[in-house]
Amino acid sequence: MKKLLPSANNHKPPNSKFKTIVDRYSAKREKLISMLHDIQEEFRYLPEESLRSLSNELSVPLIKIYGIATFYKSFRLKRPGRHMLTVCLGTACHVRGGPRIADEISRVLDVKPGETTKDGEYSLETVNCLGCCAIGPVLVMDGKIFGQITTKSVKNILKQTDKDRNKKEGVAG
Amino acid sequence: MKLVKTADDLDKLRKAVLAKRSPEKPVVSVCCGTGCRASNSAELKETLEKEIVKQNLKDKIEVKASGCHGFCEHGPIVVMSPKEIFYERVKLSDAEEIVRETVVKSNLIGRLQYIDPAGGERIKTENEVPFYKKQKRKILEKNRLIDPTNILDYVAVGGYEALKRALTGMKADEIIAEIKKSGLRGRGGAGFPTGFKWEFCKRAKGDIKYVICNADEGDPGAYMDRSVLEGNPHSVIEGMIIGAFAIGSNKGYVYVRNEYPLAVKNLTVALAQAREYGFLGKNILGSGFDFDIEIERGAGAFVCGEETALIASIEGKKGEPRQRPPFPATKGLWGKPTNINNVETWANVPLIINKGADWYSRIGTETSKGTKIFSLVGKVVNTGLVEVPMGATLREIIYDIGGGIKGDGEFKAVQTGGPSGGCIPKELLDLPIDYESLAKAGSIMGSGGMIVMDDSTCMVDVAKYFLNFLRDESCGKCLSCREGTQRMWEIVNNICEGKGKKGDLELLEELAVVVKDSSMCGLGQTASNPVLSTLRYFRHEYEAHIKEKKCPARVCKALITYSIDTDKCVGCLLCLKNCPQKAILGELKKPHKIEIEKCIRCGVCNEVCNVKAVLVS
Repeated sequence: MKKLLPSANNHKPPNSKFKTIVDRYSAKREKLISMLHDIQEEFRYLPEESLRSLSNELSVPLIKIYGIATFYKSFRLKRPGRHMLTVCLGTACHVRGGPRIADEISRVLDVKPGETTKDGEYSLETVNCLGCCAIGPVLVMDGKIFGQITTKSVKNILKQTDKDRNKKEGVAG
Repeated sequence: MKLVKTADDLDKLRKAVLAKRSPEKPVVSVCCGTGCRASNSAELKETLEKEIVKQNLKDKIEVKASGCHGFCEHGPIVVMSPKEIFYERVKLSDAEEIVRETVVKSNLIGRLQYIDPAGGERIKTENEVPFYKKQKRKILEKNRLIDPTNILDYVAVGGYEALKRALTGMKADEIIAEIKKSGLRGRGGAGFPTGFKWEFCKRAKGDIKYVICNADEGDPGAYMDRSVLEGNPHSVIEGMIIGAFAIGSNKGYVYVRNEYPLAVKNLTVALAQAREYGFLGKNILGSGFDFDIEIERGAGAFVCGEETALIASIEGKKGEPRQRPPFPATKGLWGKPTNINNVETWANVPLIINKGADWYSRIGTETSKGTKIFSLVGKVVNTGLVEVPMGATLREIIYDIGGGIKGDGEFKAVQTGGPSGGCIPKELLDLPIDYESLAKAGSIMGSGGMIVMDDSTCMVDVAKYFLNFLRDESCGKCLSCREGTQRMWEIVNNICEGKGKKGDLELLEELAVVVKDSSMCGLGQTASNPVLSTLRYFRHEYEAHIKEKKCPARVCKALITYSIDTDKCVGCLLCLKNCPQKAILGELKKPHKIEIEKCIRCGVCNEVCNVKAVLVS
């Protein structure tokens, strides 16, 4: 296959998980967004190598893939922290104090929205609406939804991850 | 193996399913929509099942995970048939008692009953809850009766009957005529008559045609489409098959937001089951008609709710809109004639085919027919999904169904139509809601978000919120939208920060009109609505920010200060301990004080104070 980018010559060969995803969509170019979704589900973000491999496999210029990966908000180009915190800032959550929740997490963990804590433990993201408007303000941690959050309850929720970690590491929690 | 090959097979299947189900057999339905799941309803269902085994009642009682009931704030919701007993906010620890007392002996557990906030009375059944009583649930009606992951539940309540009627008893033109006659209009926002849209696509030249379900519910504050897709996915699938048959399409797509994982999951299951039973695939119900549906996941771009952007996204491109005409009905997906309708619109189709256009068009107003689902959220007592006939007034929705304003606040405005809509003030509470009346009031129907705001909501802050949303979501193709939303945001942000000056509002109005008139797609054309509507009804609030440097709602941080009422403060140290800036001084049992220089106005002290001693001025 013709190499599209000079720098693509020396990148690592795609791993089997990546191959499975491309094969799942018979390497069809129009399924690019679905492939990006699946890659992100697998790796939790879009590793640079995977985008380069996609460019090769689908014969689509890397810049186009990069354009799509940055146009759509769901895609992440950086490796996220171990725990993903998502604060909803939809209108219903906004009027019930959603921004205060995001501020509080930012302050407690010293992390800005869209970034990861220095120890790699937590990433903070904000979204426009999760469709759980009736129980706002809403916080999602590692896929679990917490409703009617207050600045007080934020710390308790964060403590849950500490407990999980202590359990895993065998520390009495 | 295809199980339903003909219309007769469907009748037989339904009979067989109903024969196995005794109406007297107790069923415990646990709402497993996203809202209730957030309150552990999935675990609750498992606990109830275990409890039933423990109490030797297996096979005598069924536990069902039902679709979203729409009363999410009171979740998890449990309804027990045949007596329809309604419990709210059920905890895992309640499971044992529910099975022992209510399921077996029909004894009511008082603490789990809903209490009517108006009269203080304990409510027994779901239908008696005022929130439900005053609604007219046609689309959402079946959510609570079915397990969305079991197609037989849908068949049992009359599912796919409309498909049978359409495919085996009606011609394509008759179906379109029926939809036209019903007066159904698009529920996605613009309100284009659905039957006409179908007809344009049917008449368009081309051998390959597509139908698409727009489930990219991007309006923040609206979640009715999520609830329908999650709770009753087959109603959407059935509507799409009927539409495709009428238009002459063999391939459909559902474009669904990736932020709705449960909707994607339930829809995937539903599509697989519909294929297994033969409602999708080749020669559906022996009619010779072939049709199948594929799911495409969105990726978090609001503009993809616009139909040409949505099509670009399905084609694997950036979701940028293009000029219309040509409309998708003549040149859509892959350049072929394409018909796009929203989730709720598709879910209306089986209803119209089953009950007839005459029945349907009797509901609603002169120009807007049928019911509409609204997501009633924000500062209102009963938040949740509300389905009412078109023409219901805002007062009926917010006060009779919603129970009025939560807390001590006073109603200020209701925001409809999401970022493309506007804020409607108190003076228009008696406005009957339909497409035309909302447009006249400077807002739009949109997909049905209804965010109630009280006097603690700053309308300038609301305008800033939507402008921030829009400048972020503008795809950037048109200069007027890309730069216009950015500039409008800067002006409003300055006003919120106390840097507003004379002439700002006039400039804002001028910009708003330019953005509206010179942008290509719906996003830009409506981007000015939140600004124009708040300027129209709440100009005095903007002026207070600019002239007096005051935020009347005490929201804009730069314009407020926090202090402690020494008469009310009991000296409990709670605010002192919680203040992230350590800006509060004081001792136990002595009134505290806030150091203004250190305060960042985060509002934590106000939130934690139990005696309301924190003053905002």
